[in-house]
Amino acid sequence: MAQLIKDKTIAVDTWKTLELAESETPETVALPAGDIIFPLPVWQARKTEIISTCKRIGLLIQPDERVEDVAGDLEYFIVIAVNFPKFVDGRGYSTASLLRQRYAYQGELRAVGDVLHDQLFFMQRVGFDSYALKDGKNAAHAVNKGFSSFGDVYQASTSQPQPLFRRRS
Amino acid sequence: MYKYDAIDRQLINERVEQFRDQVSRWQAGELADDEFRPLRLQNGLYIQRHAPMFRIAVPYGMLNAAQLRRMAHVARKYDHGYGHFTTRHNLQLNWPKIEDVPDILAELAEVEMHAIQTSGNCLRNITTDQFAGVAADEIIDPRPLAEILRQWTTFHPEFAFLPRKFKIAISGTEQDRAVTWFHDIGLHLKVVDGQVGFTVIVGGGLGRTPIRGEVVRDFLPWQDILTYCEAILRVYNRAGRRDNAYKARIKILVQALGVDAFAKLVEEEWAHGKGGPATITQAEYDRIAAHFTAPAYESLGETALPEEKAFRRWVDRCTQPHKVAGYTAVTLSLKAHGVAPGDITSEQMEVVADLADRYSFGELRISHEQNIILADVKQADLYAVWQIAKENGLATPNIGLLTSMICCPGGDFCDLANAKSIPIATAIQARFDNLDYLFDIGEIDLNISGCMNACGHHHVGHIGVLGVDKNNDEFYQVTLGGRQGNQAKLGKVIGPSFAANEMPDVVEKIIKVYLEQRSDEERFLDTFDRIGIDPFKNRVYEGRAHGKAKAADKETA
Repeated sequence: MAQLIKDKTIAVDTWKTLELAESETPETVALPAGDIIFPLPVWQARKTEIISTCKRIGLLIQPDERVEDVAGDLEYFIVIAVNFPKFVDGRGYSTASLLRQRYAYQGELRAVGDVLHDQLFFMQRVGFDSYALKDGKNAAHAVNKGFSSFGDVYQASTSQPQPLFRRRS
Repeated sequence: MYKYDAIDRQLINERVEQFRDQVSRWQAGELADDEFRPLRLQNGLYIQRHAPMFRIAVPYGMLNAAQLRRMAHVARKYDHGYGHFTTRHNLQLNWPKIEDVPDILAELAEVEMHAIQTSGNCLRNITTDQFAGVAADEIIDPRPLAEILRQWTTFHPEFAFLPRKFKIAISGTEQDRAVTWFHDIGLHLKVVDGQVGFTVIVGGGLGRTPIRGEVVRDFLPWQDILTYCEAILRVYNRAGRRDNAYKARIKILVQALGVDAFAKLVEEEWAHGKGGPATITQAEYDRIAAHFTAPAYESLGETALPEEKAFRRWVDRCTQPHKVAGYTAVTLSLKAHGVAPGDITSEQMEVVADLADRYSFGELRISHEQNIILADVKQADLYAVWQIAKENGLATPNIGLLTSMICCPGGDFCDLANAKSIPIATAIQARFDNLDYLFDIGEIDLNISGCMNACGHHHVGHIGVLGVDKNNDEFYQVTLGGRQGNQAKLGKVIGPSFAANEMPDVVEKIIKVYLEQRSDEERFLDTFDRIGIDPFKNRVYEGRAHGKAKAADKETA
């Protein structure tokens, strides 16, 4: 079970991600009860149904899925999980930047998948605020060191929208 | 030259500590090899053929004497007492120990140096031309903007895990000397109606699929360069291929979409960022530019130089016109015959640092041709500089000539290489050892790469040599007519490849055709453009069964 880091502390994960078996499609899959993170194709196929049955809704975005396609739906989501199938696949960083900066998403933004200690600093900068750390990784060390690698940053990004040159005295 | 403030200093010190922690977690088994790999690469650390290879950044090629002395010390203490300057303003050490790298970084950080993003699939070191700030044909000094770009690229959170490496070059002169047509982004400064801005070229590159970049924006105001690059990178990060490393560079994306469609995507993306906080302010430009003001030049007239032949020869080849009267830019050749091109010993680094302190305001430049430049030498001091350089093997008068070749480390050091390149370079240098002959041949760029990754930029050599592997044997393919500069172009392959021991003969035959065919003062490249590739091809393959003839031989055999 992945350890969840939320707001820079180790937290309990109340969410479950809907996984489709091979025989299931977004149209046919049974919608479970509880705090569920729905894959984007399921959300797109079953939006009305999900809205009418779920109190709290989560969304899962894969690296090749376009956040633009759900930009109008963001108000429904308590959590958006961005999947990193491999930690070296950097598309999720752009997804997060777009969600926070362009579409002003305010809810929880969670990095899931191959999430490692050494990516946390970058991830928080593009707007992630929770992280399902990869199995077997030392969450305590990650919490202690992963977010504070650098005391300041040069570029504008989500966590610091003003570049350093506009803040330098 | 840019001097760190407290924040810059803090950042590189924190980087050292971050990497120290990463190395220790890797040693403790908490970080797997494949997890550590991208982290060490972003710190310039490769695992290579014999040992790790460590790449130190020299941002846009600028160094001071203290930094070069520190590199000399690091090379001596942690390596074999020498380093190798690459075509992208880096110094490579070939034999450091991984566990020493945090200490090396700490020693470098003390003199405001680092290895940040000198490798890996991220934004790499920014490069420019070695005569920035002193070139007679300069339009705008590119260094302040290069530094602004350096800061923007450093630990950019969104673009640390790109599909592939990403290289940016910036040029501020009329003649492009920064190979801007063959970078992921090439920026060429210009002035239009009194407004300073860039021509933005995207999708150039050498390597396996050599492509000349395309202009995606003819004029971009300089204030917008960060937001515009941000847009390019975001399009690339999202749409670049990640299924195949060989097709992952931005050049493949630009070609696949077509430059117009690509430019449109960038413009759409940019519409959101344009005018945002990352728009460069005049105050920031001025703050950075204040680091690159002219040194305290004296008012000097032109100085008459001694007539001594060897000295004049060196002046002819190794000095460059300067925009201030009485000064000149001196190139110290790291292409002494018999030495691997770009290699420099710790002792030589110290000599060069002393020369810089005594004769060039304590500053130095590294060129992408793998030489070192003293940019501000008084003409009256040239003779003294020459003598010291000569005593230390740094005054081979071959800049721009055949034996001043660009050459990658090749199969002697590099894991990627298919073939050795240094022995080819030294064999050609030995063949063309006669200086009078070399001078008579005149300007020629000879570029040698040990594999198709093209670190030796063979595609843009007037004569290019590429090491290829055929059934585990090393062969060499020759291209002609490539060039850098404003008319940058890829060379053409002349035909089947050659064995290593044939290469000096092949080059000599090519040179002979040129010498026979040239008119008056015609340069090699001009003769090549006039007569075409066939006369060269015919001579090189004369009496040699190749192509169809070879196939026919096989059939009859």
